[in-house]
This record gives sequence, C-alpha cells and structure tokens, in this order.
Amino acid sequence: MTVEATGAGQPAGPGAQEALLSVRDLRVRIAGKQGVAEVVNGLSYDVRAGETLAIVGESGSGKSISVLALLGLVPQPPARVSGEVHFGGQDLLTLDADRLRRVRGNDIAMVFQDPMTSLNPVLTIGRQLAEGMQAHLGLSEKDARARGVELLDLVGIPSARQRLDDYPHQFSGGMRQRVMIAIALACDPQVLIADEATTALDVTIQAQITELVAGLQRDLGMGVIWISHDLGVVAGIADRVLVMYAGRAVEEAVVDDLYVNPQHPYTRGLLGSIPVLGRPDDDLMSIPGRPPDPFHLPPGCAFWPRCAFRYDERCATESPPLRDIGAGHRVATFYDPDRPT
Amino acid sequence: MAGYVVRRTLQAVLVLFGVSVIVFALVHLVPGDPIRLALGTRFDPQTYEALRERAGLDQPLVVQYFDWIGSALVGDLGVSFRSGEPVTLLILERLGATLSLALGAIIVALVIAVPLGLVSAVKRRSPADYFATVVSQAGISIPEFWMGILLILLFGLYLDILPPGGYVPFGEGPGDWLLHLLLPAVTVGVVSGSILTRFVRSSVLEALGQDYTRTARAKGLREGLVLRRHVVRNALVPVVTVTGVQLAYLLSGVVVVEVVFSWNGLGLLALQAVESRDYPVLQGAVLLFAFFFLLINLLVDLLYAYLDPRISYS
Amino acid sequence: MSVDRENTEPGTTGDARRSDDAGGPSAPAEPRWRETLGILLGNKLAVFSLLMLALLVVAALFGSLLAPYGPNEVAVENRLQGPSGAYWLGTDELGRDVLSRVVLGASVSLQVGFVAVGIALFAGVPLGLVAGYYGHLVDDAVMRSMDVLFAFPAILMAIAVLAILGPGTTNAMIAVGIVYTPIFARITRASVLTVREEVYVRAARASGASDLRILRLHVLPNVAAPIIVQTSVSLAFAILSEAALSFIGLGAQPPRPSWGRMLADGRGFIEQAWWIGFFPGLAIFLTVLSFNLLGDALRDALDPRQRSAIQSMGVTA
Repeated sequence: MTVEATGAGQPAGPGAQEALLSVRDLRVRIAGKQGVAEVVNGLSYDVRAGETLAIVGESGSGKSISVLALLGLVPQPPARVSGEVHFGGQDLLTLDADRLRRVRGNDIAMVFQDPMTSLNPVLTIGRQLAEGMQAHLGLSEKDARARGVELLDLVGIPSARQRLDDYPHQFSGGMRQRVMIAIALACDPQVLIADEATTALDVTIQAQITELVAGLQRDLGMGVIWISHDLGVVAGIADRVLVMYAGRAVEEAVVDDLYVNPQHPYTRGLLGSIPVLGRPDDDLMSIPGRPPDPFHLPPGCAFWPRCAFRYDERCATESPPLRDIGAGHRVATFYDPDRPT
Repeated sequence: MAGYVVRRTLQAVLVLFGVSVIVFALVHLVPGDPIRLALGTRFDPQTYEALRERAGLDQPLVVQYFDWIGSALVGDLGVSFRSGEPVTLLILERLGATLSLALGAIIVALVIAVPLGLVSAVKRRSPADYFATVVSQAGISIPEFWMGILLILLFGLYLDILPPGGYVPFGEGPGDWLLHLLLPAVTVGVVSGSILTRFVRSSVLEALGQDYTRTARAKGLREGLVLRRHVVRNALVPVVTVTGVQLAYLLSGVVVVEVVFSWNGLGLLALQAVESRDYPVLQGAVLLFAFFFLLINLLVDLLYAYLDPRISYS
Repeated sequence: MSVDRENTEPGTTGDARRSDDAGGPSAPAEPRWRETLGILLGNKLAVFSLLMLALLVVAALFGSLLAPYGPNEVAVENRLQGPSGAYWLGTDELGRDVLSRVVLGASVSLQVGFVAVGIALFAGVPLGLVAGYYGHLVDDAVMRSMDVLFAFPAILMAIAVLAILGPGTTNAMIAVGIVYTPIFARITRASVLTVREEVYVRAARASGASDLRILRLHVLPNVAAPIIVQTSVSLAFAILSEAALSFIGLGAQPPRPSWGRMLADGRGFIEQAWWIGFFPGLAIFLTVLSFNLLGDALRDALDPRQRSAIQSMGVTA
C-alpha cells in the first residue's frame, strides 16, 4: 500500500509502522438551498494499530461527518464524498455498497454519541448484539448469544446473561454506552471509531468509559479514532491529536507536544477553555464568536474572524496550508509564535 | 403492564358511560312526544300506550336511564317504535353486513398503505414518492359516495363484471359474499388507505432518520434487514395506532357507502330509523357504533403497549 | 394513545420529541404572514389550491350572475341531454342545466363548511386553551367530555344530531360543527402544553398578568400555527360531511341546489346520464382537494421544526 502519491499534507507520525487506515484528501460537499458547503475539506491522516488518534473540534467542524463518510454512512445525495480511504489494501470510497457493508461493523466499527437514541428501543440488546455477528461471522443464534454474554462481561456489565433479554430503556446511560461498545467490538474490528462517545454522559461515567476503551484497545490492539469537542477528555486517551476547524485540519501533533506547544491560535483557544481544578472559572479563556456557517465561509483562513493573533496580511485572503514543523507536528496558520509582534 | 391495562380499560368504561348518556338523551332531546312522532299517521291510542309503557317514558329521567342501560347491558335495547320487534334482533341481523364491510375495507386500506407508504419513504423524492403523494392526497379528498357510484358505473354496469350492489351473507356462499364485497370495500378502503399511506410514509421517514437506524447500518447489516428489523419494526408502532383510529373512522364512511351499494347493514338501519323516527333503533345502532369505536381504540392501545416495550414498565 | 410522558425514561421517543419542540417557539411569535405567504406562493400545489378556492368563492358569491340558467329552470323537452354547446355539462332528469346547478351549489358547500368550522373553532379552541392551561381537574373534565364526543363516528354523530333537530342546512352546520369541536380542543390543548412552561409565559405569570391576558397575548399566538392548519383540513372534511349529509337527504333541502343532493338525484340515472352525478361529485372532490392541499402547504410553511438537509445530517449537531 503506497500513500506517497496523494496530495495534501503528508502525515509523518513517529514510528514507521504501516498505517492501518489512511485517509487522503477527504472531502464532503453538501448541496443545499444556499449553495454548496464543503463541510470536510481535504482531510488527511493515518491511524496505526494500537494507536488512538483523537479528532477534536467544535460542533459543526465536520469531524463527525468526516468519519461517517469513511464508511458510506453519509447520505449521497445531498452529500458528495471524494478522496481516498485506504484500508486493508483497498480504497473504501471506491468499493461498491455491498463490499463496503462487509467492512462496516466487521473491520471498522463505530460507537455513537447518544446511547439513549442509538439503540433500537423495541429490540432486546441480545438481538442487537447478535445481529452484527450473524451478518459478518455467520454465527448461529445460539453462538451469537454465547458471545454476546462474553462481550457484555468484557465491557463490564454485571450479570450479563440475564441482561441479554432486557430492552435498552432498562439500562442507565453509562450502561447503554457499554452495550454500544460491546456491539462495536462484536466482530473484533481492527479500527474502532468513537464519535463523541462520552459527551452525553456524566463526568464520572465519562472517565469510566474512556478507561474502558483505552483498556480494550491495549488488550485487542485496535486502532481507535476518538472524536471529541473536549481536549480535556482527549488528553487521557489519545496518542495523537488532530484539530479540525470548519472542515479542515488546522493542527496535528503527538498528544504531549500539542498540549505543551500548541501552534495554532485555535488550538490555544481550545486549550484555554479547559477547566483546571483550583483555578477560578472566570479565568477560562474561551474563543469569542461562533464557528462559521459552512455555506458562508469567510475568505482566507476560516478562523480569521475569531482569531486573537491575526496580524498577518494574508489571513483575510489566503487559506494557510498545512505545513510540517518537525516531529510529525503539522499546523495550518500564518501565525508564528516566535515572530515579534 | 397489568396496571396499564386496568387503567386504560377503566378509562374506556368511563367514556362509554358518557356515550350512553348522550345516546340516551337522544330520544329525550327530540322536541315533542317521540312516540307520537314515530307513529305519525298510524297513530292509535292502544299501540301508543303500549309503546309508552314499554319505553317507560312515564318514569323520572334518572330511573328511565338506569332501566335502559341496565337492559342494554344484558342485551335488551328495547323494541322498535315502528315494527315492535326487539332492537337487538334488528341489529344482529345487520351486524354481519357491516362487519364484513369494515373488515374488507381495512384489508384494502392496509394493502394500499403499507407498500405505498414504505416505498414512498425509502425512495424519498423519487417519481414513486411523487406518485404516492398525489394518489394519497386524491384518495383523501374523494367523496366515498361519488367513488362508489363511479365504481358501480364502471365495474357493475359498463364492464359488467361485478355486482352493482347488495349484500350476500357469508353463510349463503363465500364466493358471492366476496364478489359483492369487493366494490364497497374498495370504496371505503381507498380513503382510509390514503390517510394511512401518508402516515406510514412519515412514520418510516422518522424511523429512517433515527440514530438506531444509523447504528444498524454501521453494523454492516444488509439494507433489507435494516429496513425490516429496525425501520419498519419501529415505524409500525404508531402505524398500528392510526390503523385502529382509521378502522373506527372507517365506520363513518360505512354509513354512506351502505346507502350507495344498498348494503343492508347498520348504517342503512340507522338511516331508516332516522327517516321513520324509530328512536330506539337509532339509539341501538349509534350505541353499537360508539361501542365498537371505543373497543377498537382500547385494543389498539393495548397492542401498542405490547409493541413498544417502554410502555410495559410505566 | 401516545406514550405516557411522565412514565418514560428520558431519552425515549417522547423525550426526543420534546427536545425537538425546544427548537420551536422560544419567544412570543409574531404572525409571520409575509413570510408564510411567500412560501405558499412558491409552492405550485398551494397556488393551484388558492386559485381553485378563489374560483369557488366567486361562484358562491356571484353564482346567480355567472350561471347560464336558473338553478330550477325546467326544460322538460331537453331532459337528460349530454354535454353540448347549449348545456356544457348536460341536463338532468327535469331538463335543468347541470353547470348552473353546480355553480350555484358552491354557496351551500362553502356556507356550511365555513359556518360549521367556525362553530368548531369557537367552541373547541377556548376549551383546549382552558384545559391545557389550567390542567388537572379542568383538563380532565374537558378532555374526557371531548373523548365522549369523539367516540361517535363523525357522520353518525351528525345524523343523530339531525335526527333531533330535523334536516336542513342550518342544522347541518350545527351538527358538523359539533362533530369537529373535539379535534380543535385536542390540538389546541396539545400545543398549549408545549408552551405553558415556556419562559415568556412564566414571566408573564410572575409579572401578575391575568390568565385571560396571558392566554390571549402569549399562549394563543404561539399555538396558532397548528390551529390554522387544522382549520384548512377541517374545512375540507366539513364540506365532505355536508355533501354526505345532503346525499343521504339530511342536509340542504330542495329547491336549493347542493352537490350532495344532485349526486343522490343523479344516482338513479347513472346508466343513461352519467353527467348528472359526475360533475357535482367532481366539484366536491376538487373543493375538498384544494382545502387539503392548502392545509398541507400551510403545514410546511408554518412548521418551525422543519429542518434543512444539512441539519438533519448532523453537520451542525
């Protein structure tokens, strides 16, 4: 599998291990009444086995839709997806519907944000656990049930055997998300995508779920894409972090590097809005303004109107390219922290 | 679950009580002496006194009501002012015709609505969806009696392949029963089917947009299975409710369509009772229609509770 | 008939709906007439229905000027004639002009439709407002009585009322009005429940405004949209009900021409002269269709929960 020939910025993370999943120049355009919105704009990244890549951004940044697009879960039309998604020696975006279906839930599985609505309310969780295994692994109902019990055990649901016949509404929010994770793990996926998987949960439950996924990843060696709007949650689980703004990657770095040495003004803003124990809330630096409407992006850098460091004349006219500043740290900004103001 | 059933049943009984009061009041709201009116030119003092006594019109209203409802509960709905025959008997004679028509109509309605609504939702904004929208909108707006007449003209007279009217009891020949049933059932069924089509469509569309449907797709299930097990199964829950309500509404269409097809059922009986001012018969027919309506709604709610596991635990 | 809200856990369908509603009125809504009209005029079916209804109103108001013949002008020598240059839609069994009678029949249909729905509105909306706003016992008393009225099939209820009052146009209006009252009460109540606890209503209550004032100024304008939609749809069904009642002989009485009655009269001649029954039926069908299409278009134009494609795909979520 070669990824050399592809366009936009090459990710060059540490460790020469071959990527499990390589996304190159991914674009999602949505045709609406007000024109065409480029909600994902030239996104490229790699995920290696055993590695967690966090994709971070405010709501509306295109992070969720970018992963849904990988698996053909974005309705086309109104959307149009282009680019390359290399996985297992093939480009997922060129696969026909049925072959892509065989990748979904089997090789690449997803956990969604809201465990309240993501489980079917009228089916027992046993059925919902079993159906993926029956579809991909050809398990009998009995075998799928047996494995269902193992999976519920694995994700820490007590008295798993009895709970198999319960309906989703009989579980608490955190337990439902564990069920969702069990469903995602059912066919031993190589890549697990968690889309805001802890956002809808209480803080204590959040920590439990994050820990659960981190532990499972260690044991099973999956690649994980962890989508979140919260850099605080991401710090504990990610190996690398990719920050998205208005459909573009604006910064990508190894997790410690990003937290210690953030380059993009947007990343700095996000880091400034993480609450820290012992510091009064009003010290929180939040980013003024709101993310732009994808149908009406400002010319130049999309972040420019909200940027606290916009002293470069190109900001308003040119979109800054993603450039490598060493050690796999990529950033797309004209701002240079070392340049005197 | 048991609590829900009990609560819901009690509620229905309460409404039925209200219904019975209104039906009872029917006779007493008529200005003048209902029996004198009913007898009209056939008035003779002896019959008049007999009917008056039988109907208990001399008693205070409250006593009359409890006499009437007490008898009704054991199946005695009084006697016809017109013929002196027991109302219950008159109703039982006609019940088969109306039930046949209602059953046939709801089958026609479902056969139209479920596939049309499903295709229209799954293939949203396609020509098929557009077609279904136009057809259902027209079906909702078409007067049943007009469509009935047009169907009679086309199939009964012009093509001469179906009988233009009349009811044949099932016992006298199932084939004949079905042949006679076709046109009236289609007439009533098209309207309800059109309303249901719209409902199936919106219900399926809602289920298609739900997170659990996305989960099912993310699992890599075949689209057919996603639709069957996740979308339709959930969309069905509200559709069942509306089907029940439709079945109840359809009773309304039955009254007029019975006139068009000379279908000797309860609707025709009620109308004849209005014309001849035969109030006990009208009371009986109206009470029975309302009773069916409530019964259907009750059954539908219980079925709903069964289909949606969330209710069972409330 | 719906999932019991109080008793379902958060996150069930009922709750999802509620959070949907939160996107609805968040401040006292100004009637958006201009905007609504704009959306309506952009909808071909809505324009069609508005044109049809305009035609109908003209026929109802100026029918006697437009109709080529009098409604009861009998020309026995021309009876049962098919459509021709002299009689565009043919003549009936007495030699009366079908076109003239159809044109003049519009007034009965519209009159009964509007008055009946007016009765239903003026009875149903206040009942629903009171039931929804005060809740508890008032709610139970009002809504259970509405349930009782609702338990009769519409036509049968109207027939029963007409059996008491006697047949005729006026009584048909009353009968149909009674039949449609519970629908307005239900719809109004359901909408009131969603706005009752909104901030602006609570603020008005806290500032000591009278209940009547709150209902009139804060609640009613915010529940108007579904009521407007229901009015259009109910007009369709009221006209259909009137036609059905006239068809079975309990509505408009001769000599006044009414579509339902004409259809009933034409029934006996269906084989020799299909046009006698066909055209009045077509008139009913098109009228009802127009009100239904208008109701649909209004629903689309007024529904605050309509989402654009991009929102429903979760891009901004």
